[in-house]
Amino acid sequence: MTARAPRVGVVTFPGSLDDRDAVRAVRAMGGEAVPLWYGERDLGGADAVILPGGFSYGDYLRTGAIARFAPVMEELRAFADAGRPVVGICNGFQILCEAGLLPGALIRNAGRRFVCRWVDIRVETSLSPFTAGLVAGEVLRVPVKHGEGQFVARGDELDWMEGDGLVVFRYCDPDGALGAEHNPNGSAAAIAGVRNEAGNVVGLMPHPEHAIDPDLGPTGGQPMFAALLQSALEPVASGIR
Amino acid sequence: MEVSLKPGLLDPQGKAIEGSLPALGWSNVSDVRVGKYVRLVVDATDLEAATTQVGDMSRRLLSNPVIEDAVIREVVEDAAGNGRA
Repeated sequence: MTARAPRVGVVTFPGSLDDRDAVRAVRAMGGEAVPLWYGERDLGGADAVILPGGFSYGDYLRTGAIARFAPVMEELRAFADAGRPVVGICNGFQILCEAGLLPGALIRNAGRRFVCRWVDIRVETSLSPFTAGLVAGEVLRVPVKHGEGQFVARGDELDWMEGDGLVVFRYCDPDGALGAEHNPNGSAAAIAGVRNEAGNVVGLMPHPEHAIDPDLGPTGGQPMFAALLQSALEPVASGIR
Repeated sequence: MEVSLKPGLLDPQGKAIEGSLPALGWSNVSDVRVGKYVRLVVDATDLEAATTQVGDMSRRLLSNPVIEDAVIREVVEDAAGNGRA
């Protein structure tokens, strides 16, 4: 472990909206933010990379479907394959699913409406860059704002994800209890976020980068960004599971 | 080609249309599903090559096999002899 600040890259795609807030969140939590451009095959020496929220390529065809072929994604895939931390928030989650770096897919909300509100999410595993050091069962308050956040996967794929602990966050009430009324988009098994098998790639629909500043509301995003900064400086572990 | 959400997955567009039909007097309609129609011109040596290519494009970009089914409806040659799918 070195004393230097972790370098966290934040990719801007055409149509990204939350890249600025992600950069601010990294800085607020003591990291060095590295703005990255979708058209460059360069991750700027980042220790970890965030794919932020927004509407890349106008959500044409499917959310994330075009962005996954952006030049920066070739580098990102190699970075992820090397075991480095990658997080996708909202549209970033959709891009990672389209790229096959995360299982499942995101479709329109079951309620057929855009949802914009605070939600509580329960940490299901500490094995991800956004939950390292957190305890399973911990509840964090963060906002959601999406029209296409319903997580779906084939039945056998869901079984495999549950069995291998790939579910990272679930929508819940403030005490951590599950219920349809707490699930803002009808996601299967109330899934708000998932990780890959290796445990270095994580995606979620809620927005921790909007829940950092206590002057602006709940701060459920702070422990997640703290976890990311910590994960960023850990030696590359093919061994993170 | 046609791309549609897999059976069982909620199709919000279909639901919205289904919900508005009774107001127009058609109350006997159910299971409305809305898909996508993709028409493209492929410059290929023959129909078979064009069909193979469209299948590849479908799997890599035009559809997401996790949530969608894709069907190539028709592959025809245009007057100039170019493959048109």
